[in-house]
Amino acid sequence: MTIATDTPGFMTTAPRPTLIARPSAIAEGATAPAITVRDFHFAYGRREVLKDLNFVIPRRAVTAIIGPSGCGKSTFLRSVNRLNDLIPGTRHRGDILVDGTSVYDRETDLVVLRQRVGMVFQRPNPFPKSIFDNVAYGPLLNALVPKGDLPDLVEKSLRQAALWDEVKDRLESPGTGLSGGQQQRLCIARALGNHPEVLLMDEPCSALDPIATQRIEELIRTLKRDYTIVIVTHNMQQAARVSDFTAFFDQGELIEYAGTERIFTAPSNPRTEAYITGRFG
Amino acid sequence: MNRRVFRRVKSNAMTGVLMACVLAAVLPLLWILGTLVLKGAGSLSLDFFTKMPAPAGETGGGVANAIVGTLLMVGAACLIGIPVGIGAGVFASEYPRNRLSIVSRFVADVLNGTPSIVIGVFAWTWIVAKQKHFSGFAGSAALAILMVPMVMRTTEEIIKLVPHSLREAALALGYQRWRTTLQIVLLTALPGILTGALLAVARVAGETAPLLFTALGSQYMGTNLNQPMASLPLTVYTYATGPYEQWHRYAWAAALVLILLVFVLSLGARLATRRMARLGG
Repeated sequence: MTIATDTPGFMTTAPRPTLIARPSAIAEGATAPAITVRDFHFAYGRREVLKDLNFVIPRRAVTAIIGPSGCGKSTFLRSVNRLNDLIPGTRHRGDILVDGTSVYDRETDLVVLRQRVGMVFQRPNPFPKSIFDNVAYGPLLNALVPKGDLPDLVEKSLRQAALWDEVKDRLESPGTGLSGGQQQRLCIARALGNHPEVLLMDEPCSALDPIATQRIEELIRTLKRDYTIVIVTHNMQQAARVSDFTAFFDQGELIEYAGTERIFTAPSNPRTEAYITGRFG
Repeated sequence: MNRRVFRRVKSNAMTGVLMACVLAAVLPLLWILGTLVLKGAGSLSLDFFTKMPAPAGETGGGVANAIVGTLLMVGAACLIGIPVGIGAGVFASEYPRNRLSIVSRFVADVLNGTPSIVIGVFAWTWIVAKQKHFSGFAGSAALAILMVPMVMRTTEEIIKLVPHSLREAALALGYQRWRTTLQIVLLTALPGILTGALLAVARVAGETAPLLFTALGSQYMGTNLNQPMASLPLTVYTYATGPYEQWHRYAWAAALVLILLVFVLSLGARLATRRMARLGG
Protein backbone atom coordinates (compact mmCIF):
# COMPACT_ATOMS: atom_id res chain seq x y z
CA MET A 1 0.00 0.00 0.00
CA THR A 2 1.37 3.35 -0.96
CA ILE A 3 0.58 6.40 1.01
CA ALA A 4 0.22 9.78 -0.59
CA THR A 5 3.10 11.95 0.49
CA ASP A 6 2.89 14.57 -2.20
CA THR A 7 1.78 17.27 0.17
CA PRO A 8 4.76 18.59 2.08
CA GLY A 9 4.37 19.64 5.62
CA PHE A 10 2.02 17.33 7.36
CA MET A 11 4.67 14.80 8.26
CA THR A 12 6.80 17.29 10.07
CA THR A 13 4.21 18.51 12.51
CA ALA A 14 4.68 17.30 16.01
CA PRO A 15 1.99 14.89 17.18
CA ARG A 16 -0.85 16.51 19.03
CA PRO A 17 -4.16 15.18 20.22
CA THR A 18 -6.34 14.63 17.20
CA LEU A 19 -9.50 13.51 18.88
CA ILE A 20 -11.55 16.42 17.78
CA ALA A 21 -13.13 18.40 20.49
CA ARG A 22 -14.48 21.86 20.02
CA PRO A 23 -13.60 24.44 18.91
CA SER A 24 -12.76 23.78 15.31
CA ALA A 25 -9.52 22.04 14.60
CA ILE A 26 -7.48 22.38 11.49
CA ALA A 27 -5.58 19.39 10.27
CA GLU A 28 -1.83 19.71 10.18
CA GLY A 29 -0.33 21.31 7.11
CA ALA A 30 -3.56 22.91 6.15
CA THR A 31 -3.72 25.87 3.85
CA ALA A 32 -6.44 28.49 4.13
CA PRO A 33 -9.86 26.98 4.87
CA ALA A 34 -12.22 26.35 1.96
CA ILE A 35 -14.97 24.85 4.04
CA THR A 36 -15.56 25.57 7.69
CA VAL A 37 -17.97 23.39 9.61
CA ARG A 38 -19.34 24.96 12.77
CA ASP A 39 -21.35 23.11 15.42
CA PHE A 40 -23.13 21.33 12.63
CA HIS A 41 -25.92 18.91 13.48
CA PHE A 42 -28.18 17.24 10.97
CA ALA A 43 -31.23 15.03 11.46
CA TYR A 44 -33.72 13.13 9.34
CA GLY A 45 -36.82 13.63 11.43
CA ARG A 46 -35.88 12.45 14.91
CA ARG A 47 -32.85 10.48 13.81
CA GLU A 48 -29.75 12.57 14.30
CA VAL A 49 -27.17 11.54 11.70
CA LEU A 50 -24.54 14.25 12.16
CA LYS A 51 -23.59 15.40 15.63
CA ASP A 52 -21.77 18.56 16.48
CA LEU A 53 -19.26 18.62 13.68
CA ASN A 54 -16.47 21.17 13.96
CA PHE A 55 -13.67 21.11 11.48
CA VAL A 56 -12.07 22.91 8.60
CA ILE A 57 -11.38 21.56 5.13
CA PRO A 58 -8.31 23.14 3.55
CA ARG A 59 -8.20 24.73 0.13
CA ARG A 60 -6.64 23.00 -2.88
CA ALA A 61 -6.15 19.68 -1.22
CA VAL A 62 -7.93 16.37 -1.17
CA THR A 63 -9.78 15.58 2.01
CA ALA A 64 -11.15 12.08 2.35
CA ILE A 65 -14.04 11.17 4.59
CA ILE A 66 -14.04 7.56 5.70
CA GLY A 67 -16.15 5.59 8.09
CA PRO A 68 -18.49 2.62 8.30
CA SER A 69 -21.79 2.54 6.40
CA GLY A 70 -24.38 4.81 7.92
CA CYS A 71 -21.82 6.95 9.71
CA GLY A 72 -23.15 10.06 8.00
CA LYS A 73 -20.34 10.73 5.56
CA SER A 74 -22.60 11.00 2.51
CA THR A 75 -25.07 13.07 4.48
CA PHE A 76 -22.28 15.43 5.38
CA LEU A 77 -21.20 15.76 1.77
CA ARG A 78 -24.77 16.47 0.69
CA SER A 79 -25.07 19.05 3.44
CA VAL A 80 -22.35 21.13 1.85
CA ASN A 81 -24.34 21.77 -1.34
CA ARG A 82 -27.68 21.37 0.45
CA LEU A 83 -28.79 18.49 -1.70
CA ASN A 84 -30.42 17.09 1.43
CA ASP A 85 -32.99 19.86 1.11
CA LEU A 86 -34.85 17.54 -1.26
CA ILE A 87 -35.71 15.16 1.53
CA PRO A 88 -38.73 16.24 3.54
CA GLY A 89 -38.42 16.42 7.31
CA THR A 90 -34.73 17.20 7.66
CA ARG A 91 -33.41 19.54 10.35
CA HIS A 92 -30.05 21.08 10.96
CA ARG A 93 -28.29 23.21 13.52
CA GLY A 94 -25.06 25.15 13.18
CA ASP A 95 -23.65 26.11 9.84
CA ILE A 96 -21.20 25.31 7.10
CA LEU A 97 -19.20 28.09 5.47
CA VAL A 98 -17.85 27.78 1.96
CA ASP A 99 -15.12 30.33 1.47
CA GLY A 100 -16.51 32.35 4.33
CA THR A 101 -20.12 32.45 3.12
CA SER A 102 -22.82 30.63 4.99
CA VAL A 103 -24.45 27.72 3.22
CA TYR A 104 -27.50 27.69 5.46
CA ASP A 105 -28.21 31.41 5.59
CA ARG A 106 -31.69 32.38 4.42
CA GLU A 107 -30.14 34.75 1.92
CA THR A 108 -28.04 32.03 0.32
CA ASP A 109 -28.83 31.55 -3.35
CA LEU A 110 -28.84 27.80 -3.94
CA VAL A 111 -28.10 28.30 -7.62
CA VAL A 112 -24.92 30.21 -6.82
CA LEU A 113 -23.95 27.81 -4.03
CA ARG A 114 -24.29 24.79 -6.29
CA GLN A 115 -22.37 26.49 -9.04
CA ARG A 116 -19.49 27.02 -6.59
CA VAL A 117 -19.74 23.58 -5.09
CA GLY A 118 -19.82 20.86 -7.76
CA MET A 119 -20.71 17.26 -7.08
CA VAL A 120 -19.84 13.90 -8.55
CA PHE A 121 -22.06 10.99 -7.60
CA GLN A 122 -21.59 7.36 -6.77
CA ARG A 123 -22.98 6.12 -10.06
CA PRO A 124 -22.17 7.99 -13.23
CA ASN A 125 -25.32 9.91 -14.10
CA PRO A 126 -24.84 11.73 -17.40
CA PHE A 127 -27.93 13.36 -18.87
CA PRO A 128 -29.43 11.48 -21.82
CA LYS A 129 -27.97 14.15 -24.09
CA SER A 130 -24.92 14.60 -26.24
CA ILE A 131 -21.48 14.68 -24.65
CA PHE A 132 -21.23 18.36 -25.54
CA ASP A 133 -24.58 19.23 -24.00
CA ASN A 134 -23.74 17.37 -20.82
CA VAL A 135 -20.80 19.67 -20.18
CA ALA A 136 -22.47 22.80 -21.55
CA TYR A 137 -25.61 22.46 -19.43
CA GLY A 138 -24.27 23.98 -16.23
CA PRO A 139 -22.41 26.94 -17.77
CA LEU A 140 -25.42 27.68 -19.99
CA LEU A 141 -27.71 27.80 -16.99
CA ASN A 142 -25.40 29.92 -14.90
CA ALA A 143 -24.58 32.16 -17.89
CA LEU A 144 -20.90 31.80 -17.08
CA VAL A 145 -19.70 32.43 -20.61
CA PRO A 146 -21.21 33.88 -23.79
CA LYS A 147 -22.73 31.16 -25.96
CA GLY A 148 -19.98 31.51 -28.53
CA ASP A 149 -17.33 30.53 -25.99
CA LEU A 150 -19.10 27.32 -25.01
CA PRO A 151 -17.10 25.06 -27.34
CA ASP A 152 -13.87 26.30 -25.75
CA LEU A 153 -15.23 25.81 -22.27
CA VAL A 154 -16.47 22.32 -23.10
CA GLU A 155 -13.08 21.40 -24.53
CA LYS A 156 -11.26 22.80 -21.53
CA SER A 157 -13.51 20.95 -19.08
CA LEU A 158 -13.19 17.68 -21.00
CA ARG A 159 -9.40 18.09 -21.09
CA GLN A 160 -9.33 18.75 -17.36
CA ALA A 161 -11.31 15.59 -16.86
CA ALA A 162 -8.84 13.68 -19.07
CA LEU A 163 -11.60 12.70 -21.45
CA TRP A 164 -11.06 15.03 -24.39
CA ASP A 165 -8.88 12.73 -26.50
CA GLU A 166 -11.37 9.91 -26.21
CA VAL A 167 -14.45 11.91 -27.20
CA LYS A 168 -13.28 14.85 -29.30
CA ASP A 169 -14.52 13.20 -32.51
CA ARG A 170 -17.96 12.35 -31.19
CA LEU A 171 -19.09 15.28 -29.08
CA GLU A 172 -22.57 14.97 -30.54
CA SER A 173 -23.10 11.33 -29.62
CA PRO A 174 -25.03 10.58 -26.44
CA GLY A 175 -23.13 10.68 -23.15
CA THR A 176 -24.94 7.56 -22.03
CA GLY A 177 -23.15 5.60 -24.77
CA LEU A 178 -19.76 5.91 -23.08
CA SER A 179 -18.22 3.27 -20.82
CA GLY A 180 -18.78 3.53 -17.07
CA GLY A 181 -15.39 5.11 -16.39
CA GLN A 182 -15.77 7.53 -19.27
CA GLN A 183 -19.25 8.45 -18.05
CA GLN A 184 -17.85 9.24 -14.64
CA ARG A 185 -15.15 11.44 -16.15
CA LEU A 186 -17.88 13.10 -18.22
CA CYS A 187 -19.72 13.82 -14.97
CA ILE A 188 -16.53 15.31 -13.56
CA ALA A 189 -16.17 17.45 -16.69
CA ARG A 190 -19.79 18.50 -16.29
CA ALA A 191 -19.09 19.64 -12.74
CA LEU A 192 -15.88 21.43 -13.81
CA GLY A 193 -17.72 23.27 -16.58
CA ASN A 194 -19.44 25.24 -13.86
CA HIS A 195 -16.11 26.67 -12.61
CA PRO A 196 -16.63 25.41 -9.08
CA GLU A 197 -14.27 26.06 -6.19
CA VAL A 198 -15.11 22.88 -4.38
CA LEU A 199 -15.68 19.42 -5.82
CA LEU A 200 -17.64 16.97 -3.71
CA MET A 201 -17.18 13.34 -4.68
CA ASP A 202 -19.50 10.74 -3.22
CA GLU A 203 -17.75 7.39 -3.67
CA PRO A 204 -16.96 8.27 -7.28
CA CYS A 205 -15.28 4.94 -8.04
CA SER A 206 -17.53 2.45 -6.32
CA ALA A 207 -19.29 1.54 -9.58
CA LEU A 208 -16.08 1.35 -11.63
CA ASP A 209 -13.54 -1.33 -12.45
CA PRO A 210 -9.93 -1.05 -11.17
CA ILE A 211 -8.53 0.51 -14.35
CA ALA A 212 -11.22 3.18 -14.49
CA THR A 213 -10.75 3.74 -10.76
CA GLN A 214 -7.05 4.30 -11.27
CA ARG A 215 -7.74 6.91 -13.95
CA ILE A 216 -10.17 8.77 -11.73
CA GLU A 217 -7.66 8.73 -8.88
CA GLU A 218 -4.95 10.15 -11.12
CA LEU A 219 -7.43 12.79 -12.16
CA ILE A 220 -8.21 13.67 -8.56
CA ARG A 221 -4.51 14.16 -7.85
CA THR A 222 -4.25 16.54 -10.83
CA LEU A 223 -7.41 18.44 -10.03
CA LYS A 224 -6.37 19.33 -6.51
CA ARG A 225 -3.99 21.89 -7.95
CA ASP A 226 -7.02 24.02 -8.80
CA TYR A 227 -9.86 22.70 -6.70
CA THR A 228 -10.72 21.81 -3.17
CA ILE A 229 -11.79 18.20 -3.25
CA VAL A 230 -13.79 16.36 -0.62
CA ILE A 231 -14.15 12.68 -1.34
CA VAL A 232 -16.25 10.16 0.53
CA THR A 233 -14.96 6.66 0.11
CA HIS A 234 -15.52 3.19 1.43
CA ASN A 235 -12.18 2.14 0.16
CA MET A 236 -9.46 2.91 2.67
CA GLN A 237 -6.65 2.21 0.24
CA GLN A 238 -8.21 4.80 -1.99
CA ALA A 239 -8.33 7.37 0.80
CA ALA A 240 -4.69 6.62 1.51
CA ARG A 241 -3.73 6.92 -2.16
CA VAL A 242 -5.48 10.13 -3.11
CA SER A 243 -6.04 12.25 -0.04
CA ASP A 244 -3.92 14.70 1.91
CA PHE A 245 -6.20 14.76 4.91
CA THR A 246 -8.55 12.18 6.23
CA ALA A 247 -11.55 12.55 8.48
CA PHE A 248 -12.90 9.47 10.20
CA PHE A 249 -16.63 9.56 10.94
CA ASP A 250 -18.46 7.12 13.12
CA GLN A 251 -22.11 7.24 14.14
CA GLY A 252 -22.42 10.82 13.00
CA GLU A 253 -19.42 12.09 14.90
CA LEU A 254 -16.05 13.20 13.70
CA ILE A 255 -13.76 10.85 15.57
CA GLU A 256 -10.42 11.81 14.17
CA TYR A 257 -9.15 14.22 11.59
CA ALA A 258 -5.52 14.55 10.57
CA GLY A 259 -3.06 14.24 7.74
CA THR A 260 -3.76 11.07 5.82
CA GLU A 261 -0.41 9.50 6.62
CA ARG A 262 -0.92 10.10 10.32
CA ILE A 263 -4.40 8.57 10.28
CA PHE A 264 -3.19 5.46 8.53
CA THR A 265 0.10 4.99 10.40
CA ALA A 266 -0.46 6.39 13.85
CA PRO A 267 -4.13 7.00 14.58
CA SER A 268 -4.65 8.53 18.01
CA ASN A 269 -8.11 7.18 18.62
CA PRO A 270 -8.69 3.49 19.23
CA ARG A 271 -11.91 3.56 17.16
CA THR A 272 -10.00 4.91 14.18
CA GLU A 273 -7.41 2.25 14.60
CA ALA A 274 -10.02 -0.46 14.87
CA TYR A 275 -11.65 0.75 11.69
CA ILE A 276 -8.57 1.14 9.55
CA THR A 277 -7.17 -2.19 10.64
CA GLY A 278 -10.44 -3.78 9.61
CA ARG A 279 -11.76 -4.79 12.99
CA PHE A 280 -15.16 -3.29 12.22
CA GLY A 281 -17.04 -1.41 9.51
CA MET B 1 -35.80 -40.79 -16.89
CA ASN B 2 -32.73 -39.00 -15.62
CA ARG B 3 -32.80 -35.48 -14.29
CA ARG B 4 -31.34 -33.79 -17.32
CA VAL B 5 -33.85 -35.20 -19.73
CA PHE B 6 -36.65 -34.40 -17.31
CA ARG B 7 -35.45 -30.79 -17.08
CA ARG B 8 -35.32 -30.43 -20.81
CA VAL B 9 -38.81 -31.85 -21.21
CA LYS B 10 -40.12 -29.51 -18.54
CA SER B 11 -38.45 -26.52 -20.17
CA ASN B 12 -39.84 -27.37 -23.58
CA ALA B 13 -43.30 -27.91 -22.15
CA MET B 14 -43.27 -24.49 -20.49
CA THR B 15 -42.06 -22.83 -23.67
CA GLY B 16 -44.90 -24.56 -25.48
CA VAL B 17 -47.46 -23.28 -22.98
CA LEU B 18 -46.16 -19.73 -23.30
CA MET B 19 -46.21 -19.90 -27.08
CA ALA B 20 -49.80 -21.07 -26.95
CA CYS B 21 -50.63 -18.04 -24.78
CA VAL B 22 -49.02 -15.72 -27.28
CA LEU B 23 -51.00 -17.33 -30.07
CA ALA B 24 -54.22 -17.02 -28.08
CA ALA B 25 -53.47 -13.32 -27.57
CA VAL B 26 -52.58 -12.58 -31.17
CA LEU B 27 -55.06 -14.82 -32.93
CA PRO B 28 -58.22 -12.76 -32.26
CA LEU B 29 -56.34 -9.68 -33.39
CA LEU B 30 -55.30 -11.25 -36.67
CA TRP B 31 -58.78 -12.67 -37.07
CA ILE B 32 -60.38 -9.24 -36.69
CA LEU B 33 -57.91 -7.68 -39.07
CA GLY B 34 -58.41 -10.50 -41.58
CA THR B 35 -62.19 -10.18 -41.42
CA LEU B 36 -62.00 -6.42 -41.89
CA VAL B 37 -59.72 -6.74 -44.90
CA LEU B 38 -61.82 -9.56 -46.36
CA LYS B 39 -65.14 -7.76 -46.00
CA GLY B 40 -64.02 -4.14 -46.24
CA ALA B 41 -61.09 -3.93 -48.65
CA GLY B 42 -63.36 -4.59 -51.63
CA SER B 43 -65.27 -1.36 -51.02
CA LEU B 44 -62.16 0.78 -50.69
CA SER B 45 -61.66 3.04 -53.67
CA LEU B 46 -60.62 6.61 -54.23
CA ASP B 47 -64.30 7.54 -54.10
CA PHE B 48 -64.61 6.03 -50.65
CA PHE B 49 -62.06 8.48 -49.30
CA THR B 50 -63.07 11.55 -51.31
CA LYS B 51 -66.84 11.39 -51.91
CA MET B 52 -69.72 12.25 -49.63
CA PRO B 53 -72.17 9.55 -48.56
CA ALA B 54 -74.72 8.62 -51.22
CA PRO B 55 -78.41 9.11 -50.37
CA ALA B 56 -79.89 6.10 -48.59
CA GLY B 57 -80.44 3.15 -50.89
CA GLU B 58 -78.25 4.46 -53.72
CA THR B 59 -74.88 2.97 -54.55
CA GLY B 60 -71.54 4.78 -54.72
CA GLY B 61 -70.42 7.66 -52.55
CA GLY B 62 -67.86 7.62 -49.77
CA VAL B 63 -67.22 8.58 -46.19
CA ALA B 64 -65.01 11.65 -46.70
CA ASN B 65 -67.00 13.64 -44.15
CA ALA B 66 -66.54 10.96 -41.50
CA ILE B 67 -62.78 10.81 -42.05
CA VAL B 68 -62.50 14.59 -41.82
CA GLY B 69 -64.82 14.65 -38.79
CA THR B 70 -62.80 12.01 -36.93
CA LEU B 71 -59.52 13.78 -37.65
CA LEU B 72 -60.93 17.14 -36.54
CA MET B 73 -62.63 15.92 -33.39
CA VAL B 74 -59.74 13.72 -32.30
CA GLY B 75 -57.33 16.55 -33.11
CA ALA B 76 -59.28 19.02 -31.02
CA ALA B 77 -59.56 16.46 -28.21
CA CYS B 78 -55.76 16.04 -28.29
CA LEU B 79 -55.23 19.79 -28.07
CA ILE B 80 -57.22 19.85 -24.85
CA GLY B 81 -56.58 16.42 -23.41
CA ILE B 82 -52.86 15.90 -23.91
CA PRO B 83 -51.54 19.14 -22.35
CA VAL B 84 -53.94 18.91 -19.43
CA GLY B 85 -53.13 15.25 -18.91
CA ILE B 86 -49.38 15.75 -19.09
CA GLY B 87 -49.56 18.77 -16.80
CA ALA B 88 -51.61 16.88 -14.23
CA GLY B 89 -49.26 13.90 -14.48
CA VAL B 90 -46.19 16.08 -13.94
CA PHE B 91 -47.80 17.68 -10.91
CA ALA B 92 -48.82 14.34 -9.43
CA SER B 93 -45.33 12.91 -9.87
CA GLU B 94 -43.56 16.04 -8.57
CA TYR B 95 -45.78 16.38 -5.52
CA PRO B 96 -46.83 12.79 -4.90
CA ARG B 97 -48.08 13.41 -1.39
CA ASN B 98 -49.90 16.66 -2.11
CA ARG B 99 -53.59 16.34 -1.32
CA LEU B 100 -54.50 17.56 -4.80
CA SER B 101 -52.33 14.82 -6.31
CA ILE B 102 -53.87 12.12 -4.18
CA VAL B 103 -57.39 13.22 -5.02
CA SER B 104 -56.76 13.66 -8.74
CA ARG B 105 -54.97 10.31 -8.93
CA PHE B 106 -57.99 8.63 -7.39
CA VAL B 107 -60.41 10.51 -9.65
CA ALA B 108 -58.32 9.62 -12.70
CA ASP B 109 -58.40 5.95 -11.79
CA VAL B 110 -62.16 6.08 -11.36
CA LEU B 111 -62.59 7.94 -14.64
CA ASN B 112 -60.37 5.42 -16.42
CA GLY B 113 -62.80 2.73 -15.36
CA THR B 114 -65.92 4.71 -16.22
CA PRO B 115 -67.85 3.47 -19.28
CA SER B 116 -67.36 5.99 -22.06
CA ILE B 117 -71.10 6.35 -22.60
CA VAL B 118 -71.29 7.98 -19.17
CA ILE B 119 -68.83 10.61 -20.38
CA GLY B 120 -71.07 11.08 -23.43
CA VAL B 121 -74.10 11.68 -21.24
CA PHE B 122 -72.06 14.11 -19.15
CA ALA B 123 -70.98 16.09 -22.22
CA TRP B 124 -74.59 16.06 -23.45
CA THR B 125 -75.82 17.47 -20.15
CA TRP B 126 -73.29 20.25 -19.85
CA ILE B 127 -72.60 21.20 -23.47
CA VAL B 128 -75.27 19.92 -25.85
CA ALA B 129 -78.22 20.64 -23.57
CA LYS B 130 -76.87 24.06 -22.62
CA GLN B 131 -76.09 25.04 -26.21
CA LYS B 132 -79.31 23.42 -27.35
CA HIS B 133 -77.61 21.80 -30.35
CA PHE B 134 -75.27 18.93 -31.10
CA SER B 135 -71.74 19.84 -32.09
CA GLY B 136 -68.36 18.42 -33.01
CA PHE B 137 -66.95 20.40 -30.13
CA ALA B 138 -69.14 18.57 -27.63
CA GLY B 139 -67.77 15.34 -29.11
CA SER B 140 -64.20 16.61 -28.77
CA ALA B 141 -64.84 17.61 -25.18
CA ALA B 142 -66.15 14.14 -24.37
CA LEU B 143 -63.11 12.55 -25.99
CA ALA B 144 -60.79 14.95 -24.18
CA ILE B 145 -62.36 14.02 -20.84
CA LEU B 146 -61.65 10.39 -21.69
CA MET B 147 -58.05 11.19 -22.60
CA VAL B 148 -57.04 13.27 -19.59
CA PRO B 149 -56.97 10.51 -16.96
CA MET B 150 -55.22 8.10 -19.31
CA VAL B 151 -52.53 10.60 -20.24
CA MET B 152 -52.18 11.77 -16.66
CA ARG B 153 -51.61 8.32 -15.20
CA THR B 154 -49.15 7.19 -17.89
CA THR B 155 -47.23 10.48 -17.60
CA GLU B 156 -46.99 10.04 -13.85
CA GLU B 157 -45.82 6.44 -14.11
CA ILE B 158 -43.25 7.23 -16.82
CA ILE B 159 -41.83 10.18 -14.87
CA LYS B 160 -41.46 7.91 -11.85
CA LEU B 161 -39.14 5.77 -13.98
CA VAL B 162 -36.71 8.64 -14.57
CA PRO B 163 -33.77 7.86 -12.26
CA HIS B 164 -33.59 10.06 -9.20
CA SER B 165 -29.86 10.45 -9.83
CA LEU B 166 -30.55 12.50 -12.97
CA ARG B 167 -32.65 14.92 -10.98
CA GLU B 168 -29.90 15.19 -8.37
CA ALA B 169 -27.29 15.77 -11.07
CA ALA B 170 -29.26 18.71 -12.42
CA LEU B 171 -29.95 20.17 -8.99
CA ALA B 172 -26.28 19.82 -8.05
CA LEU B 173 -25.38 21.88 -11.11
CA GLY B 174 -27.54 24.67 -9.77
CA TYR B 175 -30.75 23.96 -11.64
CA GLN B 176 -33.86 25.19 -9.91
CA ARG B 177 -36.52 22.61 -9.32
CA TRP B 178 -38.84 23.78 -12.11
CA ARG B 179 -36.00 23.79 -14.64
CA THR B 180 -34.88 20.36 -13.50
CA THR B 181 -38.39 19.06 -14.02
CA LEU B 182 -38.89 20.67 -17.40
CA GLN B 183 -35.45 20.35 -18.94
CA ILE B 184 -34.19 17.10 -17.51
CA VAL B 185 -36.99 14.97 -16.10
CA LEU B 186 -39.69 15.75 -18.66
CA LEU B 187 -37.28 15.57 -21.56
CA THR B 188 -35.94 12.22 -20.44
CA ALA B 189 -39.45 10.87 -20.06
CA LEU B 190 -40.76 12.41 -23.29
CA PRO B 191 -40.65 9.33 -25.54
CA GLY B 192 -42.58 7.36 -22.95
CA ILE B 193 -45.06 10.16 -22.36
CA LEU B 194 -45.70 10.47 -26.09
CA THR B 195 -46.28 6.75 -26.36
CA GLY B 196 -48.80 7.04 -23.55
CA ALA B 197 -50.51 9.99 -25.22
CA LEU B 198 -50.64 8.06 -28.46
CA LEU B 199 -52.30 5.08 -26.83
CA ALA B 200 -54.92 7.49 -25.52
CA VAL B 201 -55.40 8.94 -29.00
CA ALA B 202 -55.78 5.49 -30.51
CA ARG B 203 -58.25 4.57 -27.82
CA VAL B 204 -60.51 7.61 -28.25
CA ALA B 205 -60.30 7.60 -32.05
CA GLY B 206 -62.41 4.46 -31.97
CA GLU B 207 -64.89 5.64 -29.34
CA THR B 208 -68.50 5.61 -30.49
CA ALA B 209 -70.58 5.97 -27.36
CA PRO B 210 -69.40 9.45 -26.29
CA LEU B 211 -70.08 10.78 -29.81
CA LEU B 212 -73.61 9.39 -30.12
CA PHE B 213 -75.30 12.24 -28.33
CA THR B 214 -72.66 14.91 -28.67
CA ALA B 215 -71.40 15.07 -32.26
CA LEU B 216 -74.51 13.17 -33.39
CA GLY B 217 -73.21 12.49 -36.90
CA SER B 218 -73.95 14.26 -40.14
CA GLN B 219 -74.63 13.55 -43.79
CA TYR B 220 -72.72 16.62 -44.87
CA MET B 221 -69.13 17.66 -45.08
CA GLY B 222 -68.40 20.04 -42.23
CA THR B 223 -65.29 21.50 -40.72
CA ASN B 224 -67.17 23.67 -38.25
CA LEU B 225 -66.77 22.16 -34.80
CA ASN B 226 -69.85 24.08 -33.69
CA GLN B 227 -72.05 21.93 -35.97
CA PRO B 228 -73.01 18.27 -35.71
CA MET B 229 -70.21 16.26 -37.20
CA ALA B 230 -69.72 12.89 -38.82
CA SER B 231 -67.07 10.45 -37.61
CA LEU B 232 -65.82 7.03 -38.57
CA PRO B 233 -67.03 5.16 -35.47
CA LEU B 234 -70.51 6.70 -35.87
CA THR B 235 -70.49 5.77 -39.56
CA VAL B 236 -69.64 2.20 -38.68
CA TYR B 237 -72.43 2.17 -36.11
CA THR B 238 -75.06 3.70 -38.43
CA TYR B 239 -74.13 1.68 -41.50
CA ALA B 240 -73.77 -1.61 -39.67
CA THR B 241 -77.23 -1.28 -38.13
CA GLY B 242 -78.84 0.06 -41.32
CA PRO B 243 -81.02 -1.97 -43.71
CA TYR B 244 -78.99 -1.76 -46.90
CA GLU B 245 -76.46 -4.26 -48.21
CA GLN B 246 -74.11 -1.49 -49.42
CA TRP B 247 -74.21 0.14 -45.98
CA HIS B 248 -73.03 -3.09 -44.42
CA ARG B 249 -70.14 -3.30 -46.85
CA TYR B 250 -69.28 0.35 -46.16
CA ALA B 251 -69.39 -0.26 -42.42
CA TRP B 252 -66.67 -2.90 -42.84
CA ALA B 253 -64.63 -0.58 -45.02
CA ALA B 254 -65.01 2.33 -42.58
CA ALA B 255 -63.91 0.09 -39.73
CA LEU B 256 -60.87 -0.94 -41.76
CA VAL B 257 -60.00 2.70 -42.44
CA LEU B 258 -60.36 3.51 -38.74
CA ILE B 259 -57.96 0.74 -37.80
CA LEU B 260 -55.50 1.76 -40.52
CA LEU B 261 -55.66 5.34 -39.29
CA VAL B 262 -54.80 4.31 -35.75
CA PHE B 263 -52.11 1.97 -37.09
CA VAL B 264 -50.45 4.71 -39.16
CA LEU B 265 -50.66 7.11 -36.24
CA SER B 266 -49.01 4.62 -33.87
CA LEU B 267 -46.31 3.78 -36.34
CA GLY B 268 -45.54 7.43 -37.03
CA ALA B 269 -45.35 8.37 -33.37
CA ARG B 270 -43.29 5.31 -32.52
CA LEU B 271 -40.77 6.16 -35.22
CA ALA B 272 -40.68 9.77 -34.08
CA THR B 273 -40.10 8.86 -30.43
CA ARG B 274 -37.48 6.29 -31.34
CA ARG B 275 -35.66 8.95 -33.30
CA MET B 276 -35.95 11.31 -30.40
CA ALA B 277 -34.64 8.72 -27.95
CA ARG B 278 -31.68 8.04 -30.19
CA LEU B 279 -30.85 11.71 -30.41
CA GLY B 280 -31.03 11.77 -26.66
CA GLY B 281 -34.43 13.17 -25.80
